[in-house]
Amino acid sequence: MSRLSSPQELEKFRNDILSARDPNQTLITVCGGTGCHASGCHAVVDALKKVIQEKAEGNGVDLRVTGCHGFCERGPLVVLHPRKILYQRVKPDDALTIFEETVVNGRIVENLLYDHLATGKRIVTEEDVPFYQKQKRIIFGNNGNIDPTRIEDYLAVGGYRALGKALFSMKPEEIIQEVKKANLRGRGGGGFPAGVKWEQCRNASGKIKYVICNADEGDPGAYMDRSLLEGNPHSVLEGMIIGAYAIGAHEGYVFVRHEYPLAVVNIGIAIEQAREWGLLGKDILGSGFEFDVQISRGGGAFVAGESTALMATIEGNVGEPRAKHIHTVISGLWDRPTNLNNVETWANVPVIIEQGADWYTQIGTEGSKGTKIFSLVGKVNNTGLVEVPMGITLREIVYDIGGGIPGGKKFKAVQTGGPSGGCIPESLLDLPVDFDRLTEVGSMMGSGGMIVMDESTCMVDVAKYFMNFLKDESCGKCTSCREGTKRMHEILTEITEGRGTIDHLSLLEDLGWVTAEASMCALGGTAPNPVLSTLQYFRDEYEEHIINKRCPAKVCRALLRYRVISEVCKRCGACAKVCPSEAISGKRKTKKEEGTPFKIDARKCIRCGMCFEACKFEAVEIQ
Amino acid sequence: MTQSEIEAIIERYGRKDSAILSILQDIQTKERYLPRDTLEYVGEKLHIPLNKIYRIATFYRALSLMPRGRHEVCVCMGTACHVRGAQRVLDQITLELGARPGETTKDLNFTLETVNCLGVCAAGPVVAIDGQYFGKMSPGKVEGTLKRFQSDRKKEGTNVKT
Amino acid sequence: MIPFTIDGQPVEGREGGNVLEVALDAGIEIPHLCYHESVKPYGACRLCLVEVAKNGRPRMTTSCTYPVLEGIEVSTRSDRILRARRMIIELILAMCPADKLIQEMAREMGAEQVRFKKEDKDCILCGLCARICDEVVGAHAIQFASRGDRREMIPPFGGEAMNCIACGACVVACPVDVIKMKEEGDQRTIIRWKRTLPMKKCKICGNSFAPWFQLEKFREKAKLPKDFYEVCYTCRT
Repeated sequence: MSRLSSPQELEKFRNDILSARDPNQTLITVCGGTGCHASGCHAVVDALKKVIQEKAEGNGVDLRVTGCHGFCERGPLVVLHPRKILYQRVKPDDALTIFEETVVNGRIVENLLYDHLATGKRIVTEEDVPFYQKQKRIIFGNNGNIDPTRIEDYLAVGGYRALGKALFSMKPEEIIQEVKKANLRGRGGGGFPAGVKWEQCRNASGKIKYVICNADEGDPGAYMDRSLLEGNPHSVLEGMIIGAYAIGAHEGYVFVRHEYPLAVVNIGIAIEQAREWGLLGKDILGSGFEFDVQISRGGGAFVAGESTALMATIEGNVGEPRAKHIHTVISGLWDRPTNLNNVETWANVPVIIEQGADWYTQIGTEGSKGTKIFSLVGKVNNTGLVEVPMGITLREIVYDIGGGIPGGKKFKAVQTGGPSGGCIPESLLDLPVDFDRLTEVGSMMGSGGMIVMDESTCMVDVAKYFMNFLKDESCGKCTSCREGTKRMHEILTEITEGRGTIDHLSLLEDLGWVTAEASMCALGGTAPNPVLSTLQYFRDEYEEHIINKRCPAKVCRALLRYRVISEVCKRCGACAKVCPSEAISGKRKTKKEEGTPFKIDARKCIRCGMCFEACKFEAVEIQ
Repeated sequence: MTQSEIEAIIERYGRKDSAILSILQDIQTKERYLPRDTLEYVGEKLHIPLNKIYRIATFYRALSLMPRGRHEVCVCMGTACHVRGAQRVLDQITLELGARPGETTKDLNFTLETVNCLGVCAAGPVVAIDGQYFGKMSPGKVEGTLKRFQSDRKKEGTNVKT
Repeated sequence: MIPFTIDGQPVEGREGGNVLEVALDAGIEIPHLCYHESVKPYGACRLCLVEVAKNGRPRMTTSCTYPVLEGIEVSTRSDRILRARRMIIELILAMCPADKLIQEMAREMGAEQVRFKKEDKDCILCGLCARICDEVVGAHAIQFASRGDRREMIPPFGGEAMNCIACGACVVACPVDVIKMKEEGDQRTIIRWKRTLPMKKCKICGNSFAPWFQLEKFREKAKLPKDFYEVCYTCRT
């Protein structure tokens, strides 16, 4: 293996790879994303490997484990090229059938095809599946085509061409201008124009500068960065190298959160391979530019995703944020100019450089250009990672892509922006997804978590959930944040346990105000958003909890009563068997006696819901 | 852990005091927790005062100063899992194990933890035991799932390969 | 010296200084708890909030961490600031209702009514004790542990602060006076850190005047001769 020492050598290497591949040869790709891991994709891969070995002796059929395809609800996912047939919910036992039917005989295995929920129609190819149709997968699309542990796959889809262009056909200032023209805004939540940041960093005084990739992704329910880093790590690396060249940095860090071990492994492999081929290290591609990257791991602290706290962690201190009167682009890591960007932001850079800002700005809205990857999760049929052009409406995402709410339940709200964001009700579903529009309605884009909620979600409980998260994750330095989140959580607990008073609502608003105003960093600064936005759009639910001591969504346990409907009760005793507090009594119906309907003693009932689950006759009701 | 094993870890990171978090994480992976004398030794070798090491060890959730159980039961409390009923699953596990999140059962078999998002939202509510994911959990499935880990045997299956 | 204004009044600050120190020097009252001139500003208590306008829009920020910059317009008593300070002292009072200083400050700011469940803590988590111990004394005996609502100030592993030299600097620095010290016979105890150390007796007058441990540390640090501290300060002069 020899280092590539010019863009021409890179292109030759790329052509060698492509010409060794036969596009007409059968290629079976299996999604290896973490979601599919949990659904058992490894067993499917092993089964397919075995079948290919035995039946084809390893000839004529290639198998590739790829990055995340995004359609996590239907995993394990298998796509057969070149016909691009998509099989979903594949089991290891299906391996033989797939091989014999599709690979050998060209027939489609109908029951493995995606079935459209509305029409019942079976769909054959990936691009025809409604989940993918409204997406624009310019960043995420390659995940399904590459094995993230093989740089050859990334090169085969055009990887590192942008780097060659940047290093040899563009000056650093030109690169910055292009990124500014593209109006690439930070995808980690801040939405700050990346090009402006790069320019400030480049102009800051100091010989030593750093670039950082923030892969701390702490928002619960958001896993886009994970899938990008696991599924296409080179795209992120390439962006970082281009950015470092534009800024004049020679050292970089990828800061990955502790909970993502596979991402750490895959980016590590990518870095090693890039070094071997001369794409990282000294004299990159023969340009004379030197740049290398280290991996830094988080320790399990959400607040460490804040840029100054992240830098403190890399420095070996606790992840406590500091005041940002002097920006990190001037004085950051070890007091040196540092440019920090999110994983997805970096991944956008090669696309912008290769296709140009003019092409890029055709996608999106006036203020928000390009695409955004969202994790569409919660009470939605098609859970997964979706990449959409900015400007698409929330309704299109939830219904056209997401397939609507499961079980025919009614949509209630979609939560965006994680713990810093807010809930958007049905009345605003036609809102276009855009940094500024989302902020206007009391939420924010955030890192891309999009959690769908239905009629069985209690909004007061959601606010309490977020406050619990924030009071735990607050570093605790600022009185306003530490005490503010703690007391807001306390009040929300009172409300959900039936001890709320109407004064609590104005107290929540007061606390929310001071927490946001007086706290030093964005954790405290945005902490009240979940409470304030649910108060704004769902005040009636709060009042119902306070005045009538009722939880309309039947979630807040202290306000529920479990009751057996005696007329429906079949006296089987299944409920009494599972009750952990022995609160259910009654006589079982046997051959000899009729038995009596079972009854729940409300004083002993801990409202765990086991009886509700156990009853096969729907005789247990929740009031 | 022997002093030379600790030395090896410190060497791996170039003896840099800025790598303290990674060093502690690597020690924790081997030892399953951070014993006091280990922390004191690391502090000595890296010239970091003990008060700073203790602060770091208690700030980050990944680090534990108490011995952990043989099996780690990790309940995802991410928002997506929460709206699908993760709290009820956690309550049931707490009941079954007799241990609250952060605690270890008396027989040292299980440590119960919560995590703020495992990134497996499509399969929520998710519980990870020793890195093995169990999706679409419900209170009714808890007993059966835990039973598989009652003894010391580690179950084979879909582990996250790292 | 860098000129700017506070409440319309022209003031001057040194390069690298902060707004709070300039205000206090100029006799402008801004309440504060976690600020001390001998250590770096920390910005924990949030009481010293002011509004700073730099080229237009005013932003709420803590004056102890805001740098002296030319031409900024600082406002220290707008309605928003007073409301914020009132709520913050209320929150601290709810945490530590028995602290006399906090009670007094709350009275002054009109926040006597506490609308939250009262806890019974005494430490206001300002961090001054640890900051002085780290930055000035160099003993590194105590620090914050855990985070969020479980944050607390303790010696490593709780228990006795093994690196404490019983110098008493934290006792003096604590704004709410909850670190107590006592001397019995020839022993000094810093009660909160469970640290008791024997004091050194003066060769001449026979009084115990400072803990052994502390003197040894100072002697080493300042490279003083071995018998420097055999005689107490009074007898030396």
